[in-house]
Amino acid sequence: MAPVLPVAAIAPAADVPGRRKSGIAYVLLIPGLAWLSIFFVIPLITLFMTSLQKESTVRPGTYVPGFQVSNYVNALVEYWPQFLRSFLYAGLATFFALLISYPLAYFIAFKAGNWRSLMLVLVVAPSFASFLLRTYAWKTILADDGFVTSSLNAMHLLPDGRILNTGIAVVAGLTYNFLPFMVLPLYAALDKIDFRLIEAGNDLYGSPVQVFSKVTWPLSMPGVVAGTLLTFIPAAGDFINAELLGSTKDRMIGNVIQTNFIEFRDYPTASALSFALMAAILVLVVTYIRRSGTEDLV
Amino acid sequence: MKWIRKHIIGAIAIMVLVYLFIPIAIVIAFSFNNPDGKFNLTWNEFSLDAWKQICGVPGVCSSFVTSVQIGLITTVIATILGTMIAFALVRYRFRGRSSTNLLIFMPMATPEVVMGSSLLALFLNMSFPLGSVTVMIAHIMFIISFVVVAVKARLQGMDPRLEEAARDLYASPSATFRYVTFPLVLPGIIGAALLGFSLSFDDFIISFFNAGTLVTFPIYIWGAAQRGIPPQVNALASLVFISALLVVLGAQFVAWRRRRAFATR
Amino acid sequence: MPEGASRQVEDLRLLNLTKQFGDQRAVDDLTITIPAGSFFALLGASGCGKTTTLRMVAGLEEPTSGQVFIGEKDITELRAFQRPVNTVFQSYALFPHLDIFENVAFGLRRRGIKQVDAQVNQMLELVELSSLARRKPSQLSGGQQQRVAVARALINRPDVLLLDEPLGALDLKLRRQMQIELKRIQSEVGTTFVHVTHDQEEAMTMADTVAVMNAGRIEQLGHPADVYETPHTIFVANFLGQSNLIAGTRVASGDVLEVDANGVRFKMPARRNVAPGNAVVVGVRPEKITVLDAVDESRIPSGQNLLHGRVTDVSYTGVSTQYLIETVWGQEIIAFEQNSIVGDRCAVGDPVVLHWAPDHTFGLDPAEGLTSGLDHAVLELERDAEA
Repeated sequence: MAPVLPVAAIAPAADVPGRRKSGIAYVLLIPGLAWLSIFFVIPLITLFMTSLQKESTVRPGTYVPGFQVSNYVNALVEYWPQFLRSFLYAGLATFFALLISYPLAYFIAFKAGNWRSLMLVLVVAPSFASFLLRTYAWKTILADDGFVTSSLNAMHLLPDGRILNTGIAVVAGLTYNFLPFMVLPLYAALDKIDFRLIEAGNDLYGSPVQVFSKVTWPLSMPGVVAGTLLTFIPAAGDFINAELLGSTKDRMIGNVIQTNFIEFRDYPTASALSFALMAAILVLVVTYIRRSGTEDLV
Repeated sequence: MKWIRKHIIGAIAIMVLVYLFIPIAIVIAFSFNNPDGKFNLTWNEFSLDAWKQICGVPGVCSSFVTSVQIGLITTVIATILGTMIAFALVRYRFRGRSSTNLLIFMPMATPEVVMGSSLLALFLNMSFPLGSVTVMIAHIMFIISFVVVAVKARLQGMDPRLEEAARDLYASPSATFRYVTFPLVLPGIIGAALLGFSLSFDDFIISFFNAGTLVTFPIYIWGAAQRGIPPQVNALASLVFISALLVVLGAQFVAWRRRRAFATR
Repeated sequence: MPEGASRQVEDLRLLNLTKQFGDQRAVDDLTITIPAGSFFALLGASGCGKTTTLRMVAGLEEPTSGQVFIGEKDITELRAFQRPVNTVFQSYALFPHLDIFENVAFGLRRRGIKQVDAQVNQMLELVELSSLARRKPSQLSGGQQQRVAVARALINRPDVLLLDEPLGALDLKLRRQMQIELKRIQSEVGTTFVHVTHDQEEAMTMADTVAVMNAGRIEQLGHPADVYETPHTIFVANFLGQSNLIAGTRVASGDVLEVDANGVRFKMPARRNVAPGNAVVVGVRPEKITVLDAVDESRIPSGQNLLHGRVTDVSYTGVSTQYLIETVWGQEIIAFEQNSIVGDRCAVGDPVVLHWAPDHTFGLDPAEGLTSGLDHAVLELERDAEA
């Protein structure tokens, strides 16, 4: 999982038109683009073709090329709960991540002063420790006899009486793991805002709430869009949190793809699910970017 | 009341930072645990055993070394390929710029499960043997985009007049690149390489699909999670965390001192 | 660089130099000769083509057509690093990763010179920066950076030194200081300096030849005082300082020209008129005008040009007082009065009489329009005020 994200990834500067026209450009481009084409684009095509394969009649358990669209229907009929759950969990995690990241990013951008770069380091630093181990650590924190669970239980706030091995733990893990992906783009967008605009809002009789909703929030929109995407996309495809922190009832689509591919070796079903996930996310992302009016982001 | 209003954002910010570090504290603390039973999930007693015999459990250190090796090779190749693309994008005019940008952007917007599984589908269809080569191919693929973005940002932030000044001062195109462009972009390239290494070193999902029988450090942890993670893993991860943090804080400190030294002059 | 002065320096010649950007002609058929060893200023508003001209001389921009010569040598096809020309860039473009010494030594090293210490130290002494040789550019003040940029270019003993708005980033006081400094350096090394600026005061104080540029062409070229005192186009009259321009018709020729404008007669020496036909614009600089109470008209010596009006605005600026005077036909005339007179200044509403010498009057061709060369912002303000 990506531990550090360059702030610039989120706010690409406008392309300066190249000053030289040259074949050298292609020499520079071809090796890297070839790599991406062979190992990113072609695999996606292979994935699509695999998703349409049918089981061999000669040797059961192996698959031959075909055009079996029913793979998609069958896969979705069987696994639609996991599909929906993935989007629900990822959506919840994105929402909570935005909720707690915004104050932090706001503070770093406008109030941190000399502590700014140190705080940015601290936001990124947890990524230096293994993703899996950090997720695993939540098992200890959220354990049934642990401090968090027992105090919430004392207040009768937990329906099941526990957190670990429930959806709550999975969402908590997802929220935690992708937090830097939310904080950094938010910070990048907030940092670009001229603080005098916010002061002008205050000066022009805006209450703090009004200034936030009319000035700060709209201006930080590129960061909000980038942050939510960078959190939602990896969260929707994740299977580590569901595996380590959830029960079998909390499986996400990533778990299904992984087990079908690696354990059951049901390649067409796994490929169909994988491709459907990709397509669904693409549709969501495009609609979202359109609706939030930040098309120039990409 | 006024005091609360003034400090509420700061208080939340610090709470969020603390929250970010709680699992780290657990990871480090449990490297000093002497677990009662297989699972290192509850505190039993303090022990330095894991640190004294950091390679004491079979497979831990070898998987660690595997990850470092894969990370190094991956980083070198991805950094070179990504830097070349970044130069082409910023410095040259060519057809197909927007499709290039899309091709760079797509891997960053694709869930790792999809990238991992599609590559596996390719390798299976080609009957390509899974192992360190397939893992490195996969890592290079998804790291290139991050390198492009990081180096591109640095290149775009560079004053084009510096290169003009070099040309004006009798530097041929190759000398301009060697003495001005490259030294100025180098920090961006180093940053991209460090980012690439950490992405590769910590990657689990894509590696898991394409590793076959190869065991990287994250794959080792994944396997161990089912049967109990030995505290040696915590010790190694703590070591990585602390050294990376020290390097970054050290760099920050040097930059801070330099700024201060100038300010007081 | 003591031997610099005795060195053979050659003229810089531009021949039909043209640069086309899309459908816009940035530099339009420019032909000038810049004499060896002169301090030449290209003056113009932003976008007039002056920087493009400079960049074509440096080799950083390829001309669409035309040639650049140094002496008899055509350097048009030479690339930037092959030309005996160096540039002091706007905002300096010092290499941030190299210290001051290495910045200055850069050009020498690129030309394969191994022993650079003596030359670099000598050059740093010339710009009085020896003590800062091992500092990085970011640790220097704006004025110091500017001197490094000059040293870095001059150490190569170029035939021509190009300065692209070199003082633009400095504050006013430092700018004045650096103007004197640059003049001193220029007279010491004897290299041709071509200085691009939009600051007319800077151009006039520093240069021995000023060229006023507009829309890719040179409007007028000459000694600063000549260009200022006798502008040849309305653009120059308005752009370089301020001018009062009154449209009229020639009524008498000879050594002394007479022009009738709205019933008032103005005289000027025929050599100060450039209008080819009978339509003549009468021009006079505001500081040449004397403002008198209308009752004192009798004290004006005969032969002066006279104009009656009413004061509409008085502003005191320290050194001088600025008057706006409305003529009977409603035109506003601006006049500057040195604050050296004893007694009361005129007040708003006072009827006054203005007078100035015919020798301070100039005649222009009205073809380009009376507002040519005026600031667009000023024009808009005036339009708003009228509405």
